[in-house]
Amino acid sequence: MSHIPADLKYTRSDEWVRTEGDVLVIGITDHAQDALGEIVHIELPEVGTTVSAGDTVCEVESVKAVAEIYAPADGEIVEANGDLEDAAEKVNQDPYGAWLYKLRLADGAAPGELLDAAAYAAKIAE
Amino acid sequence: MELRRTPFFDHHVQAGARMVPFAGWEMPVQYAGVRDEHLQVRRSVGLFDVSHMGEVRVRGPRAEDALMWLLSNAVRRIQVGAAQYNALCNERGGTVDDVFVYRMAEDDFLVCVNASNREKDVAFLQAHNPHPGEAEIVDESDAWAQVAIQGPDAVHVVSALTDLPVADLPRHRFLEGTFAGVAGCIVARTGYTGEDGFEVFVPAHLAPPVWPAILEAGARFGIVPVGLGARDTLRLEAGNCLYGHELDEDTSPVQAGLGWIVKLGKPGGFLGSDAIERRKDTDTRRLVNLVVEGKRIPREGMDVRTPSGEVVGRTTSGTLGPSVGHGIAMAYVDHAHTEPGTELVIDVRGREAPAVVIKGPFTRHQS
Repeated sequence: MSHIPADLKYTRSDEWVRTEGDVLVIGITDHAQDALGEIVHIELPEVGTTVSAGDTVCEVESVKAVAEIYAPADGEIVEANGDLEDAAEKVNQDPYGAWLYKLRLADGAAPGELLDAAAYAAKIAE
Repeated sequence: MELRRTPFFDHHVQAGARMVPFAGWEMPVQYAGVRDEHLQVRRSVGLFDVSHMGEVRVRGPRAEDALMWLLSNAVRRIQVGAAQYNALCNERGGTVDDVFVYRMAEDDFLVCVNASNREKDVAFLQAHNPHPGEAEIVDESDAWAQVAIQGPDAVHVVSALTDLPVADLPRHRFLEGTFAGVAGCIVARTGYTGEDGFEVFVPAHLAPPVWPAILEAGARFGIVPVGLGARDTLRLEAGNCLYGHELDEDTSPVQAGLGWIVKLGKPGGFLGSDAIERRKDTDTRRLVNLVVEGKRIPREGMDVRTPSGEVVGRTTSGTLGPSVGHGIAMAYVDHAHTEPGTELVIDVRGREAPAVVIKGPFTRHQS
């Protein structure tokens, strides 16, 4: 059973989102890391980049697969988790601690559809 | 279409394998994880279910002559009890399949073919059989299960399961006999991982208990079941071609670096030999091995460029090599850029990954 913390929101593309004021903290879910297998490389976004909702901002690679991580809203990348540069496996070990990047929402922007834990659990059970 | 299941399917499911569709079969892609399975094979020993591979029997007084025409290598030189790598080519010099030929008797051969090509190969071999009355070509795939036991400790595990003198068996030789209590097995010192190891053909209807017997015999070496994921990373590090990636019906085996199994001087030639000869002067690209510098991981289907930006090739396979520790790829590249040491760039989804052409398998290369 994959772990789905109740205090986070989720995208249909298997990212988790934590809101801290006007900043969104984004990572991948336990379900996503399990599906990918052993993560070996993460291509983090450049801090300062302006992105639109749906843009690919980050790539998470396992030995056999690549997952693209999408921006859930318009905004600016304000931080990338440099700790993962040499320790991509932390995403496997602690998917909800090993955040990937932080996005400051553009003025008036809001994330698209986010699921609560129960709805995400139902989505991955489909 | 209903997916086929190997005789070991229940063992895979019980072991928690992730099952995926592959060439019409429901196969384990990984158990514990690709990297751990891969490293265990290099370090000690791993067990693979390769029952999806096809087996084609070619038998009769002119079986040798038929295969000399149908296949690229010197089939005549295979001794009884030996195996040889071959290409099956079309009239255009493209590769229909790459196969392993086992000589069971003077007039009896077993041809091991890729699962994805089984039906195509059987039809092609039968259609081009030069001696249909004197060389019978029969698809025996359903009669055989197949396991591979690969790694430096494979010989100890196989020795524990048979009275056959497997420890003294040279590479690409095989013995017939009882293995893990099952009579009528073929135990061959062959493999696809770049390690020492064995492939064992087991009569399919008797096969299921063989899987746990091998795991038990290998327990003291820490044997693990290995899925298709690690099978692919192992073969790629070893520089072995995979049909559908490095080889296809438009690609000549010479382009793929398999000139050593293409005997253009065979008397009377072979199917596709004229075209292969002509193509030596006209094919512009050749397969190379590329080692990536830095952390990016190349994948199949990426452009290969010169440092100045000219597109000169395309990758056919790519991964992070778990043993070599960095990105590796095979790519078809214009002849002018195939010398070992040539610096190229792989376009990894819009980002540049510097790469160098190397000679030989990645496992032997020290960067």
